[in-house]
Amino acid sequence: MVRELSVALGKLKLKNPVMTASGTFGYGEEYAQFVDLNALGAVVVKGISLKPMEGNPSPRICETSCGMLNAIGLQNIGVKKFLKEKLPYLRQFDTKIVVNVFGSTVQEYLRLSKMLDDAGVDGIELNVSCPNVKKGGIAFGTDRKVLARLVSTVKKAVKNAVVITKLSPNVPSIPEFSRTVEEAGSDVISLINTLPGMAIDIETRKPKLANVTGGLSGPAIKPVAVRMVWEAARSVAVPVIGIGGIVKTEDAIEFMLAGASAIQVGTGNFINPRATVEIAQGIATYLEKNGINDIKDLIGKLHVF
Amino acid sequence: MNSYFRAKVLSNTPLNANTFLLILQPVEQVREPVPGQFYMIETGSSYDPLLKRPFSYLRRTPEGIQFLYSIRGKGTRLMRDFQPGKNVQAIGPLGNGYPKAGTRNTPVLIAGGTGVASIFSLAAQLPSKAYILYGARCNEDLILLNEVKELEHRDIVCIDCTDDGSCGMKGTVIDALNELIATDFSRIPSPLLYACGPRPMLESLSQIAREKELKGYVSLEEHMACGFGACLGCTVSTVKGNKRVCKEGPVFPIREIVW
Ligand SMILES: Cc1cc2nc3c(=O)[nH]c(=O)nc-3n(C[C@H](O)[C@H](O)[C@H](O)COP(=O)(O)OP(=O)(O)OC[C@H]3O[C@@H](n4cnc5c(N)ncnc54)[C@H](O)[C@@H]3O)c2cc1C
Ligand SMILES: Cc1cc2nc3c(=O)[nH]c(=O)nc-3n(C[C@H](O)[C@H](O)[C@H](O)COP(=O)(O)O)c2cc1C
Ligand code: FES
Repeated sequence: MVRELSVALGKLKLKNPVMTASGTFGYGEEYAQFVDLNALGAVVVKGISLKPMEGNPSPRICETSCGMLNAIGLQNIGVKKFLKEKLPYLRQFDTKIVVNVFGSTVQEYLRLSKMLDDAGVDGIELNVSCPNVKKGGIAFGTDRKVLARLVSTVKKAVKNAVVITKLSPNVPSIPEFSRTVEEAGSDVISLINTLPGMAIDIETRKPKLANVTGGLSGPAIKPVAVRMVWEAARSVAVPVIGIGGIVKTEDAIEFMLAGASAIQVGTGNFINPRATVEIAQGIATYLEKNGINDIKDLIGKLHVF
Repeated sequence: MNSYFRAKVLSNTPLNANTFLLILQPVEQVREPVPGQFYMIETGSSYDPLLKRPFSYLRRTPEGIQFLYSIRGKGTRLMRDFQPGKNVQAIGPLGNGYPKAGTRNTPVLIAGGTGVASIFSLAAQLPSKAYILYGARCNEDLILLNEVKELEHRDIVCIDCTDDGSCGMKGTVIDALNELIATDFSRIPSPLLYACGPRPMLESLSQIAREKELKGYVSLEEHMACGFGACLGCTVSTVKGNKRVCKEGPVFPIREIVW
């Protein structure tokens, strides 16, 4: 019996719900030696800005209990180089291409999104939640008025690509912010980005990151992420993508039961560069074992007491 | 050929109180490393520690891949307890490795502490006349001294030194290099430096290289999450902008690094 693994993110159809999380999968190329990119629902590439960015000084990462802190500072090659050098490579594969974008003004987000839409990418993920840069990023994600203006401006200008808003976990109310972006026209909501954190070396008394603070990711944040995905999914009608600490099949299923239509694997790729394809296979096995014919029968099917 | 592979621990032998020789035998087809490359090794199967740890390979034999590691923190403490037969996941070979010296060059290798693992992988493959400067804190920490001395059969001059003078010359490898420069250096045809060791050592070396207009390469260390170029966590600043130590490195032309 062939199990149905495809899911829909608005008009974007994925062959399976497994996506990669931005910033953990490079531009796809880095993983071609480990996984068949054709086996992924979608590849979400590292955050792109209009101009190339050098990012933060090192050390940029440090490990913490069951997680890691990063302060990469959105280093990237800029949209022009991405379109010329990286997009053609990704196009060879039978997978959807989602580009994560960020800017320091609404106009920058708009210009970027238009360029990428014209280039024919399948999805645009608005990063309004990066904790590691002073301008832009999180500033957009934590003010509902600004966020609504950003999302509606981009949505109006984008013709073909699906618009995904990546919510910040640093907001007072996930349901309210989810509804805000839905009303502003976002086709899909993804969450969560990293949680701001900090670690100190007690011998040197220095922070472990040159940037002092960084974003926490990995298994340590999973319970927070599952809760937020559950809150978002029950507050809006648009599809939700679950992100945060997904390493194994069981984690992915947990997010889908909480209401996620698709999931993204981030830090998990560093632990096991084959995590994405193993999760995709694992989901198929889970459906088989539980006699579920269509993965859509799993989404949001949490039994609350 | 798999870059992400399963391996069996063949042996894990203490060489001194803090340093071990680990031999991993891949149980899958793997790619062959070149000197200066490294592997990411899983230290435990739980989520703490979460990430694999980077280690240069020391030697590749038909039997397995050899590593030299010293105990630093959580991950290496777990490695100390690796028993023969244990399965571990590893990724590699990774990074660029040392560029080959020209036929007219005389390689001058400089190893500080466990940096000797990376330098030894290169030394073992040198075809002809070369120098190797090997330093550590004390006698017991010159763990590969016998192996390095054996290279003398192949016209490789070995100069060893310790901070406390318990073996060889008293002083650091930087002192040893300055000494060599003051004495024999003018007679060495086109010296080309290759160095691996603690950051302060490499930084002093780059200063000497600049002053004396010497060419060469340094192998750097930086904290790593992935090890294969995806996370941008391991960058170092160079005259050509930020570069990934795990991908464009770990070996860089000595005068490109902005310290
Ligand atoms: C390319 C490369 C090759 C290496 N080759 C060798 C080798 O052949 N033999 C060997 O013994 N070690 C080598 N190292 C260093 C080794 O990776 C670290 O000692 C190890 O990751 C420490 O892990 P831990 O869990 O024990 O320590 P942690 O608990 O992670 O940290 C303990 C202390 O070590 C510091 N530290 C952690 N990782 C690094 C690092 N990569 N560079 C510098 N300081 C670090 C931490 O800041 C902390 O102060 C190499 C590193 C790199 C990047
Ligand atoms: C090294 C690193 C770089 C990241 N870069 C980005 C980025 O450029 N844009 C973005 O929206 N999120 C970025 N993230 C956040 C991840 O996409 C993801 O939301 C977060 O890590 C939580 O998922 P995880 O626990 O599975 O890693 C980054 C995360 C890490 C660890
Ligand atoms: S460790 Fe991830 S890019 Fe180098």
